[in-house]
Amino acid sequence: MLTKRIIPCLDVKEGRVVKGVQFVSLRDAGDPVELAAFYDKEGADELVFLDISASHEGRETMVDVVKAVAGSLAIPFTVGGGINSLEDMKQILRAGADKVSLNTSAVLRPELITEGADYFGSQCIVVAVDARWDESLGSWRVYTHGGRRATDWDVIAWVKEAVNRGAGEILLTSMDNDGEKQGFNLALTKAVSESVSVPVIASGGAGSAAHFEEAFTTGKADAALAASIFHYKETSVKEVKSFLKQKGVVVR
Amino acid sequence: MIGIVDYGMGNLFSVSKALERLDVEFFISDDPAELEKAEGIILPGVGSFRDAMILLERKELDVFLKKHVANGRYLLGICLGMQLLFEESEENGPAKGLSLIPGRVARFSGIDSKNNSYKVPHMGWNKLTFNHSSPLLKGLEEDYVYFVHSYFAVTNETEVVTASAKYDVDVPAIVTKENVFGMQFHPEKSSAIGMSLLKNYLSLVKGR
Repeated sequence: MLTKRIIPCLDVKEGRVVKGVQFVSLRDAGDPVELAAFYDKEGADELVFLDISASHEGRETMVDVVKAVAGSLAIPFTVGGGINSLEDMKQILRAGADKVSLNTSAVLRPELITEGADYFGSQCIVVAVDARWDESLGSWRVYTHGGRRATDWDVIAWVKEAVNRGAGEILLTSMDNDGEKQGFNLALTKAVSESVSVPVIASGGAGSAAHFEEAFTTGKADAALAASIFHYKETSVKEVKSFLKQKGVVVR
Repeated sequence: MIGIVDYGMGNLFSVSKALERLDVEFFISDDPAELEKAEGIILPGVGSFRDAMILLERKELDVFLKKHVANGRYLLGICLGMQLLFEESEENGPAKGLSLIPGRVARFSGIDSKNNSYKVPHMGWNKLTFNHSSPLLKGLEEDYVYFVHSYFAVTNETEVVTASAKYDVDVPAIVTKENVFGMQFHPEKSSAIGMSLLKNYLSLVKGR
């Protein structure tokens, strides 16, 4: 049986992991390679690296980071942030990433999803969606530019469109729940998971191991992503997985 | 020496990095004359079956691979590389494969016997069930490996299915036919067990 995946997310800025400060055991908590190895050992099923560099130089550095991580890591990893063209995808995937994640660029130009899927196959193309509940819409609305800009897209319509265009996976972040540590947005996750045929990664709101269980059972997510609770050692991948096992959720 | 076939469809980087970590000598080539020097071949691949066969045929790599195997040398196909070992695939209309292992390649229907839909691609970690003993499984216990695929092998010859994984159907995960091996999952992305599987293949090649 396919297991539910636990995915730590690392923010990388100018080639350095930010927020990775709590790992006293590491020689260098900002080193993406060391942190990746740490999470691999902890039992992470995949990793996501989000490039939050603002500068062109920072993005160039990301390619080196990807190469270094790919050289040492024996689990899959996804790279997102600032991927705007097929050329960007080629650079990152050829450097050794397994998947790229598209967000704003896919909304601005949905053809980009198809271009990537045609070239590399759908399994390489993740579409990341930032969703916020919209009372006037009576549904969730898609936001871009790191959540700063509202779009005309309803989330359900957008994920269907993205999958039709070749997305192989949806990384779904609830802006309402993000950072609150009160749990994933189960209604949103379930609605998206039931409307597409590809795997859905729940993101935003993880505060405890129990939240992961809900995401998989009630939320019907295939994978769940978290950042700070792992980085700040509020829980660990190991703890989450042993809790899930007790509850009968199949994990590796 | 290991030769990795570069025909433009590969995740060559991760496979070659895995071999580097295992400290194995290897080279990457698309030239049959070069690849002939390899004791063991790895055929990686991601993408469409038909495109892959066209590219292999264009460089006469299909001829080379069949000759390599007929000479008793080892071949390991990974992911699409494993599917290419079979007779044909229904991906984008029927396309002929290398026919080194009997069987064909079909798409997951996405609908189970109770008419419920399930996710395609089969993406993530799934547990191997060992069906037959094989030098590839030496020293290993059943464990989880990483799969990403929408098509799977179907064969009536159960003895070639060394290991399988349960999805909606039993997915052939490791196939063996004499000196020809295939892994549907990505050993290079399957943490410790993946590295051990590669190591076992490399030991076979070395011991030849």
